[in-house]
Amino acid sequence: MGQFIPLGDKLVLESQDLQRLFDVLKERGYRILGPTVRDRAIVYDELGSVADLPAGWTDDQNGGSYRIRRRSDEALFAYASSPHSWKKFLLEPQTTVWQAERSGSGFQVDQGRAQLHKSALIGVRSCDLHAIEIQDRVFITADQVDPSYKSRRENLFIVAVNCGQAGGTCFCSSMKTGPKASSAFDLALTEVIETNRHYFLVEIGSALGEQAFSEVPSREARADEKDAADNVVAECARRMGRVMDTAEIKELLYRNYNNPRWDDVASRCLTCGNCTMVCPTCFCTTVEDFTDLSGKHAERRRRMDVCFTMDFSYIHGGSIRSTARARYRQWITHKLATWIDQFGVSGCVGCGRCITWCPVGIDITEETRAIRESELSHPAVIPPRRNA
Amino acid sequence: MRTDAMLTHLYRVERVQDETYDTFTLELASRDHSEERPFAPGQFNMLYVFGVGEVPISISSDLAKPRTLAHTVRAVGNVTKAIRALGRGGELGLRGPFGTSWPVEEAKGSDVVIVAGGIGIAPLRPALYHVLSERKEYGKVVLLYGARTPADLLYQREMEQWRGRSDLQVDITVDRALRWWRGNVGVVTTLIPKAVFDPTSTVAMVCGPEVMMRFTVAELQKRGLEDDKIYISMERNMKCGFGFCGHCQFGPFFVCKDGPVFRYDRVREWLGKGDI
Amino acid sequence: MMQTLEPILAEHPFLKGLDAQYLKLLVGCASNVRFNAGQFVFREGEEANEFYMIRQGKVALEILGAERGPITIQTVGEGDILGWSWLIPPYRWRFNARALELTRAIALDGKCLRTKSEEDRNFGYELLKRFSSIIVERLEATRLQLLDVYRVHS
Repeated sequence: MGQFIPLGDKLVLESQDLQRLFDVLKERGYRILGPTVRDRAIVYDELGSVADLPAGWTDDQNGGSYRIRRRSDEALFAYASSPHSWKKFLLEPQTTVWQAERSGSGFQVDQGRAQLHKSALIGVRSCDLHAIEIQDRVFITADQVDPSYKSRRENLFIVAVNCGQAGGTCFCSSMKTGPKASSAFDLALTEVIETNRHYFLVEIGSALGEQAFSEVPSREARADEKDAADNVVAECARRMGRVMDTAEIKELLYRNYNNPRWDDVASRCLTCGNCTMVCPTCFCTTVEDFTDLSGKHAERRRRMDVCFTMDFSYIHGGSIRSTARARYRQWITHKLATWIDQFGVSGCVGCGRCITWCPVGIDITEETRAIRESELSHPAVIPPRRNA
Repeated sequence: MRTDAMLTHLYRVERVQDETYDTFTLELASRDHSEERPFAPGQFNMLYVFGVGEVPISISSDLAKPRTLAHTVRAVGNVTKAIRALGRGGELGLRGPFGTSWPVEEAKGSDVVIVAGGIGIAPLRPALYHVLSERKEYGKVVLLYGARTPADLLYQREMEQWRGRSDLQVDITVDRALRWWRGNVGVVTTLIPKAVFDPTSTVAMVCGPEVMMRFTVAELQKRGLEDDKIYISMERNMKCGFGFCGHCQFGPFFVCKDGPVFRYDRVREWLGKGDI
Repeated sequence: MMQTLEPILAEHPFLKGLDAQYLKLLVGCASNVRFNAGQFVFREGEEANEFYMIRQGKVALEILGAERGPITIQTVGEGDILGWSWLIPPYRWRFNARALELTRAIALDGKCLRTKSEEDRNFGYELLKRFSSIIVERLEATRLQLLDVYRVHS
């Protein structure tokens, strides 16, 4: 995607002209990826046209609960997070890293040709934009780069969407990652639905966005239209489903590794790993080596992995994190605390997916609150350090 | 900036030396002998056996001789047994070197205490080679090495050479022995109280099972070493080797790139937390 | 002229800081001993009547009844203390101790020490303090040995 230039231009796009944007992007070689209804959920997949968008659908999310529901209007983006996140397109869930063929006493390794993927992401919410930037910090560093991730990332066109409706488990306001998209996008849309109008306020975010949008019918936004869009977002910010107190959260978790609350969570956590799968920033992968029956051909594949398995921390002799307590604690302290030391930002963007998709409804905001409160009410719970 | 860190490179086994009944040292060279991969002592490579899998193995050779890249391997699992089965002339895949290294430069001007437990001596050997190659730059140099039984002692011929040196103190112990053994018996920590070094001006490098390292650090602290002068080498499950896959995390650290060598004061608090 | 054992005892690390009067009590129970390489210092089952302050050499502690003969589970050397079974009834050795090389030590008579400790409890306490720290050290080291950290994990 192009460089972020907050050009500030605010334009209005009528809903019936959205298809033209799709067409322009397709003409420029992008495949369109965005939300669509499937299997009674709003998922992210390749879109053929605007007709594939979840027009008139919304979602009801809560701890361990997700349902989509019909609205009375034809809003295209009136739902919160999806069980999918955009990482499925940037960090492939499964990929072949290289292949090898036996030759003589050894073998030949073939990396294959790098493929170019130009993708336009439609409907990227602010939380997910932050998540993409967070994964950039993981995979594009001064020392190491994932070439496939980088290539996909560089050939991305992002059409962000400012949320008009906070989900039942959302807390981007607490994490300062939304609801308004402020970081790098090419275009940002705010959907406004009035009695007899359905339009988008469009913000140009980059030269690339400007170029593409110049071919789409639009006009400069009027003051009242800008206000309407602002209200939509402000309303959303006020109605977050959850709240997370992030004050000194890293230090809080660092000193509470032995808090009894972990035993409590462990008694509920199934270590199913759903949270890691739906989390837009979870990036752990594993590497597997395969061979075929003939033994002549081998492959190395990388696939997404889950830190809740016994395998994950296994070294000879056993798993380092052999209890559910240790594994849940690892996930939440990584997400909210050690991530900060590793990458300079929190790993959590407040999208609420982990809360929604946990089969037992474990709530990351509630667990953190419990730990914080345990310090206030029972300082003795944390025993004073004694030298052995 | 390396973008090929997942790509494995072909290396040929030039020599296999059986050290004990389950441990062997491989000498590797790139296929046409042209490639040299400079490494620092303490680093590791990911070794791959065609169709079987990949494991992280510390480099155990002399960094002054990058063409005879050596790895000391204990054959305990599928991949390591398959590596042993390769034999001379066999080819395997190599990628690396990865990880942080022993503070051989920072230790100049100080006494050096190297404490190795079991196969932990393998990643320490390059550090010892380096210190010995620039012997004048260091004060007293002490090697303390503990193994399970006399049959598990590695690098026996070299040990004899090292013991013969007047500028190197070598003390070896085993956890148990049969009657013929005339050396020390007892855990390696028992060698620390008697080792000759100046705790106010010493750098210690420790490698072995985590429990052994913890007890060793405690003994070194008893002798008066500060925590920022003690270095340990940690181990965790590694898949990628360069900080992308997330498996080797230990608190905020990725053992593959923030380690495996860690200065003790930086990880002390995390080691105390257990099962992280 | 025969050198008394007092200065030799005084410089042994085990007795560091011991009052001069107690040192004299100890000297009264002390004697110089020497073991050649291969010689048994004591055997399992024998009466435990003394402990040894090793001045030079190396002694192996062995347990019998294991596969392939006795297993050496510990060696002690210069500056170490050997034997505490004299402290606790039934005052019998539980291991073999065999000198691996020429070993010189001070032997301290257990009965003599037990008697003097009963007479002067403070003296007894000073001895016990020192022995406790040796036993604790040995116990910690033994526990680490017990973990068998270098074994192959299945």
